[in-house]
Amino acid sequence: MLAAHCLTKSFGRLRALDALSVTLSRGQAVALIGPNGAGKTTLIKCVLGLVRPDAGELTLDGASLLGHPGLRSRIGYMPQIGRFPEHMRVGQLFELMHEIRRDTHSRTDEDLMHAFQIDRIAHQTTRTLSGGTRQKISACLAFLFDPEVLVLDEPTAGLDPVAVEALKEKVCAERARGKLILLTSHILSDLDEIATDVLYLIDGRMQFYRPIEALKAESGEIRLSRVVAQIMRAASGDGPRPGASAP
Amino acid sequence: MMVRIVRYVVGDILRGRIVLGYTGFLLVAALGLFNLGGDATKGLIGLLSLVLLVVPLVSLVFSTVHFYNAHEFIELLAAQPLRRSTLLLAQICGVALALAAALLLGIGLPILLYAPTATGLTLLAVSLVLTFVFTALAFLAAVLARDKARGVGAALLLWFYFALLHDGLTLYALFLLEDFPLEGVSLGLLSLNPIDLARVLVLLQMDVSALMGYTGAMMKDLLGTGTGMAYAMVVLAGWMAVPLASAVWVFRRKDL
Repeated sequence: MLAAHCLTKSFGRLRALDALSVTLSRGQAVALIGPNGAGKTTLIKCVLGLVRPDAGELTLDGASLLGHPGLRSRIGYMPQIGRFPEHMRVGQLFELMHEIRRDTHSRTDEDLMHAFQIDRIAHQTTRTLSGGTRQKISACLAFLFDPEVLVLDEPTAGLDPVAVEALKEKVCAERARGKLILLTSHILSDLDEIATDVLYLIDGRMQFYRPIEALKAESGEIRLSRVVAQIMRAASGDGPRPGASAP
Repeated sequence: MMVRIVRYVVGDILRGRIVLGYTGFLLVAALGLFNLGGDATKGLIGLLSLVLLVVPLVSLVFSTVHFYNAHEFIELLAAQPLRRSTLLLAQICGVALALAAALLLGIGLPILLYAPTATGLTLLAVSLVLTFVFTALAFLAAVLARDKARGVGAALLLWFYFALLHDGLTLYALFLLEDFPLEGVSLGLLSLNPIDLARVLVLLQMDVSALMGYTGAMMKDLLGTGTGMAYAMVVLAGWMAVPLASAVWVFRRKDL
């Protein structure tokens, strides 16, 4: 469904993405894992049109995402840090998003808005909200327009335990409905519960891309964190790779 | 689509304290200037000097700071099915319209009360034009610079150059070249500074050649009032269009 072909991006001398080719399908929840600077954020930003790749192609159901902002109506994005105009009320923020996307969407999904009781804070200005509450708003906005692809950047960071559970349930439900979920997290136990596949990046290249179940079966471990640790140790045994020390 | 976003940007800015303070400052200063001299023309000249310094400074600094403060939100909007050009133009128009609203109230009201003349209205008009020119320049600096410090620094340098340095350099150049026919040169130098153009536009309305400075006097001499004003307006329009188009061009290719 979502495919990258030889996707390349450099920032100065740093190769953030090095001819990355990968295909992601409906019904997958792909966890992007890799050391800092491995290219996870750059890959996400390319999908969202925030970063322009130097070379390569990025397609959604065969149609190029590059230079076609209209296709982003099929993508929902939850950023790592949610900051909104200071004096805007929460209700107005949702109105603005509705106005931006109303031409392309008939159906909205307000499950998370109910779960997080957003209507209770609709009159507050975004400046007065805590980081966790802003994160809840970001999550609601990502799911609001029922997009086919969901990009979640550190979705559970800063959320309270109840909200984390609600979000995980939502992610699993949407994946079961055939959505593609692309997510990053430093909390491997969270990924363990919601991801179906792991895409491991090092230095902008794909190290491996496997279903979690297969990885667990091969390594004999039950927890994803153990599996990843084992794989990284094995990888460094083959020969030292720069920056491959920590996920 | 753009109008929908502009509405929210303007609304957000107008609810903030900064634009409110700017309006209050302009209002107090304008009323003070008109009441001090007693004569409306003197008041307008005082207001002109103030506006030519303050409007570019506030437009430049406010716009760059706004752009960086809105960085995460601009990123979120850029990930929506929106053209980058729509997004940036909406931000620029939103900021410029909010600042223009402050001007309309802050100096428009006093001008209507004390000097509702052609000169007064010209002063109000060039203040609005300068707001758009320097908002566009500020956004150009902001999309080009990598971080907030550089962006705001570049904005301050632009102000320092156009408000203070350019006149000095012009005078120096004319002084060095005094043995040559200078009309074309001085007109060219004048066109390179939107603040000078605004000043000349207002002063051409008044009969105060002594206050016009060298370039202003020459411009009246050279072009006559009608053509001179038309020329200044066209060049000012260019000063709005070129930075605006450049900022959009850069932003469309920028990695956020």
